Amino acid sequence: MPNETVKLAQVYKSFGELEVLKGIDLTVNSGETVVMLGSSGSGKSTLLRCINFMETPTAGHIYLHGDRVGAEKSGKIYYRESELCKLRSKIGMVFQHFNLFPHMTVLQNVMEGQITVLKRGKSESIQKAQAQLERVGLLDKADEYPSRLSGGQKQRVAIARALAMDPEVMLFDEVTSALDPELVGEVLKTMRQLAEDGMTMVIVTHELGFAYHVANRVLFLDDGVILEQGVPHDILKHPKTQRMREFLEGHSLFKLPE
Amino acid sequence: MSACEQHRNIDMYEWDFIAVFSDIDLLALGLLNTLKVTSLALLFGIPLGLMLAVSRLSRFKPLSFSASFIIEFFRTTPPLVQLFWFFFALPILIDIRMTPLIASVLTFSIQSSAFFAEIFRGGIQSIDKGQWEGAKAIGMNYWQSMRRIILPQAVKRMIPAFMERSIELLKTTTLVSTVAYTDLMYQANDLAQKTFRPLEVYTVVAVMYFILIFVFSQVSLLIEHRLARSGESTVR
Amino acid sequence: MNTDWLAAAKARCASMQHNWDFATIIQNWPVLMVGLKGTVWIFLVTVVIGLSTGLIVGICRYAKNRWIRWPATALVEIFRNTPVLVQIIWFYYAFPILTGIDVNPFLAAVLGISLNTMAFSAEIYRAGIQSIEPGQWEAGKAIGMTYSQTMRRIILPVALRRILPALTNRGIEVFKMSTLASVVAYVETLSKAKLIADLNYNPIEAYTAVAILFFVVLYPIVQLTYVLERTLRKSDA
Repeated sequence: MPNETVKLAQVYKSFGELEVLKGIDLTVNSGETVVMLGSSGSGKSTLLRCINFMETPTAGHIYLHGDRVGAEKSGKIYYRESELCKLRSKIGMVFQHFNLFPHMTVLQNVMEGQITVLKRGKSESIQKAQAQLERVGLLDKADEYPSRLSGGQKQRVAIARALAMDPEVMLFDEVTSALDPELVGEVLKTMRQLAEDGMTMVIVTHELGFAYHVANRVLFLDDGVILEQGVPHDILKHPKTQRMREFLEGHSLFKLPE
Repeated sequence: MSACEQHRNIDMYEWDFIAVFSDIDLLALGLLNTLKVTSLALLFGIPLGLMLAVSRLSRFKPLSFSASFIIEFFRTTPPLVQLFWFFFALPILIDIRMTPLIASVLTFSIQSSAFFAEIFRGGIQSIDKGQWEGAKAIGMNYWQSMRRIILPQAVKRMIPAFMERSIELLKTTTLVSTVAYTDLMYQANDLAQKTFRPLEVYTVVAVMYFILIFVFSQVSLLIEHRLARSGESTVR
Repeated sequence: MNTDWLAAAKARCASMQHNWDFATIIQNWPVLMVGLKGTVWIFLVTVVIGLSTGLIVGICRYAKNRWIRWPATALVEIFRNTPVLVQIIWFYYAFPILTGIDVNPFLAAVLGISLNTMAFSAEIYRAGIQSIEPGQWEAGKAIGMTYSQTMRRIILPVALRRILPALTNRGIEVFKMSTLASVVAYVETLSKAKLIADLNYNPIEAYTAVAILFFVVLYPIVQLTYVLERTLRKSDA
């Protein structure tokens, strides 16, 4: 399969006694937009964070473009920090709380990874950073500090920062949950644009409308397993399981188009 | 001397600063040496403190344990005991020619590094976990994150505690007079004996210390206010 | 030149083997204990005087009347911004000339260390009082309490709890500071150790023993402050 970007095989994750992921198999193809739904504690954020090893899986394998991450020695998998850093530099991630660097300007935020990690030259980094800021519509804020931006603007800068690394896949971890309602739209619009540009994306969100309109595939996680998955129309309109129905009823404020 | 006579004596005490001021260059030299010991101790103490802090935060247990031990030991033992140890004991243990200056700088570098280490640690730990995650997510390793993202923010928060500790250090350096290093305190003792004017000498020296330390304190307060006003713009 | 230096260094390493001999320390243990008694005694006196006068001065610094506030501020600034050793020596050598009062080593050290502790703890108390939300003052006022009633019954109980770690830290500093009394020949642990070192030519063992002694006494207290800080942070959250 040439266009398989990320593959997870039998991924388990425990925090102490608590088993959060119980054997996840997932393949994300190039250009695909996958949205993960699930109530809090279902393991969706942990799953997302395992893809770029913000959390190290307790068991299982993760592949990027068919290459398995980590080296196996006598049945145990070992991960070197340098290998994980390299991996993370190819996978963009956007967080709920932005995590912008407050001591750097917007432009410097977007340049930082290019210079420190990718060792790009300064002028190239500036060019790339400006291009990505333009893409998220914030080029005019390049010299501001993050503290002067609105939540929605911060999140778009965070997206630009990830994009500037030329990632092969982008991970979004509840990126609109900390935003005021009126600011959610601008971030979703940016993400939709990315999807239309053919970016490979894995998204954890509560925005069912976004899932319905933008996702190629929707997963429903419950208690550490993928309970249902399918194209948005099928899964959101005709859930097969009781758990999924309950979950959708919990979001009754949202009306799916008839 | 009867009580009455003594009383008269007080009334009749004539302040005489001439003896002090004619030898003011002695005190000036002492002041210079006080500043010398203080700045040398800062020069070595700050990097050493950073090393201790990072070691203490390390996940490698033996390293973190030994750093903790050094920090706690030098924080819980009196600096004067440390100074005596370095001056009188160390030269027997390792064959070096110990001078008052070396002993003083050694003692106060290590002593203050233990305190600086705790300031560094506090500063580093005060940085939001999301900053580590943000750095990690763009592929930075531990040291890159520490150097580029965490420390620049932590240092800014540490500045007030940092200045306070430096002022404490300046005050503590008076102890070096006990091992005959010619700092301001030592020169004062010397001059008091020479002139038989301890009241004037020690008062002048106290005022000199006061002015020096008061000015430093005010400057640090000013910086603190400025920092507070500019706000440590943390994300969120 | 370079190799000479190297050879010298090697020779130094060879002579580094020191025969640790703590026997004389154990023999002289009673002497050291006399010193420790002196240390504990001066610590208790200074910490009690310092922390109690500090509370008074700290409250005065918060007073609305400037004739109370300014002297309190001056006291704090003077004793915070001069080294303790200078204070002790000033009280020992200069103060008697000025006042005609006979000052022995103990009194000089007590004056110096207590006043220093007073100044530092006054700032701690003040910070503690200021950390209480204005709403607490208003609540006290609203049920008809006077200033001093509100201070005593509402503000101080909470403030004191909050500053407990800082006060304990101050106490640790005072305990260490007590060694400075040896400079004016007050008998405490360090001066006894120096005596033992001079008589037996064993400064390494003598000073190491004192250092360990202080560490053993203070380390549990330092740990206690960590526990205090943690529990207070939890209960405040």
